Amino acid sequence: MDGNLNALTTIFTEFYYWVTVVFMFLIHVGFCLYEVSASRHKNHMHTLMKNVMIIPLVTITFFLFGWWIYWTFPNFPLFGTLDLDAGQNNLPWSETMGTNLSDHITGVFWAAFLLFSWTAASIVSGSVIERIRSSAFWIHAILIGSVFWVIDAAWGWHYAGWMVRELGYHDAYASGVIHAIAGGYALGVLTVLGPRIGKFDSNGVARIIPPHNPWLLAVGIFMIYTGFWGFYAACNVPIISPALIDGQITGATWTATNIYLTPTTLSAITFNFLMSLSGGLMAAYIVSKGDAFWTFSGGLAGIITASAGNDLYHPIQALLIGAAGVICAYKLHYYVERKFKIDDAVGAVAVHGYAGVVGLIISGFVLWGVPSSPFDGYAAINPIGQLLGALIMFGLLGFLPAYLVTRVQSSLGILRIPETIELKGLDFVDNLSRELAEEHLVAIEKERSVQDQTRS
Amino acid sequence: MSTIGYQQWAVDLAQVTSIYPFQGSEIIMTIIGVVFWLGWHKVQFNQENQKMNGAREAETDPSDTS
Repeated sequence: MDGNLNALTTIFTEFYYWVTVVFMFLIHVGFCLYEVSASRHKNHMHTLMKNVMIIPLVTITFFLFGWWIYWTFPNFPLFGTLDLDAGQNNLPWSETMGTNLSDHITGVFWAAFLLFSWTAASIVSGSVIERIRSSAFWIHAILIGSVFWVIDAAWGWHYAGWMVRELGYHDAYASGVIHAIAGGYALGVLTVLGPRIGKFDSNGVARIIPPHNPWLLAVGIFMIYTGFWGFYAACNVPIISPALIDGQITGATWTATNIYLTPTTLSAITFNFLMSLSGGLMAAYIVSKGDAFWTFSGGLAGIITASAGNDLYHPIQALLIGAAGVICAYKLHYYVERKFKIDDAVGAVAVHGYAGVVGLIISGFVLWGVPSSPFDGYAAINPIGQLLGALIMFGLLGFLPAYLVTRVQSSLGILRIPETIELKGLDFVDNLSRELAEEHLVAIEKERSVQDQTRS
Repeated sequence: MSTIGYQQWAVDLAQVTSIYPFQGSEIIMTIIGVVFWLGWHKVQFNQENQKMNGAREAETDPSDTS
């Protein structure tokens, strides 16, 4: 860090990402509240524990191999080999993956991506509550959090990713690379896992299992909104010079950029975040006829739909795109539930998956012809590229691996909890040893008092 | 002796890189990390099986709390 400007830029960038990470922690807090509120009383603590343990398991695996995948996979396997040189500094035994005075960025940048990983896993977590074994779910948490979303980020959320270069793929705030893939992954698990006991009646008609605590659910979703601000900021490079970008941008004006190093501003994404949130809330209120659960979730789905292009949209465009995505997601949720008997307990496939896919497709039309990169030789944003991108995110890297792994777990009998325990509630399992210990203590006390009475 | 390689801070920070203890043993630490991670899954899976089986037996025969 020689020179005052260089030092200031470095420390600002380090602190910037650090702040986004702290904000993004609220996403996980929100998901925990949301998921527990949606579960029934008999499953509370188990539901909470299932989500909380995402934190250490995804963190350790993202340290061990997830971060390395991001840097080595941008062109692998279709357009080149693993980029081992780029991966070298991001291996778990690299000197920059620890306390190092010559590197102020790797740790905070790693953490920003890690929080995205927690989010991807947490999205899947909510949809499978009340019947999946924790051990089975945590394998999925690692796969979506430290493997598959990271591959999609290397391909489509990296300035040199092949999807950006060849397809003109554009997904500034992760409609596809976080939300569509996580929604697709959740659907893949749900297809094999099956519904909760009692979700469908004997005629196959879905019953409503309402959240046990709508108030806490609202607090949870507000936490997620708040963390989403941090997520948006974390997706940007806060300040960079054209010389450092070393692309086609001329002049000496420093700028904020998105992950592809194309220019945007914090001001722009603040406009669009709030307008797409508003569009989502308003559309969800109307389409669900004021249902609280869907209205809150609709705000989130509105942001998710517009996120692919929220670095460039006009605020009114963000509002309308957010609204359109919510209507599609809501209709698709009930269509898939009716048709395929899919029990998505929190609507995660709709809010994240369908909204993300719709957002990518819409952005292909609205941003048609816009340069996807500051570098020469990249395809411009276009509808076909965005559609293919959506299919890759939702289907190829989301649904397919989830479906295959879940099938294996199912065939081994390690996927779903026993029926008797599902009916009794998962907290029964965790509380049983404590209850037995308490009963044992009571028995000892009774025996002792009987002996005392006999002596006296 | 210092585990981080520096016994005093009378240094030019521009020349300083890693300052964590036991530099040079990063690969061994990584292997220990992997063993810790995979070992956790094995222990957790066994504990979960025990709990599930215990709960299933208790549910089948509530009078038997042994």
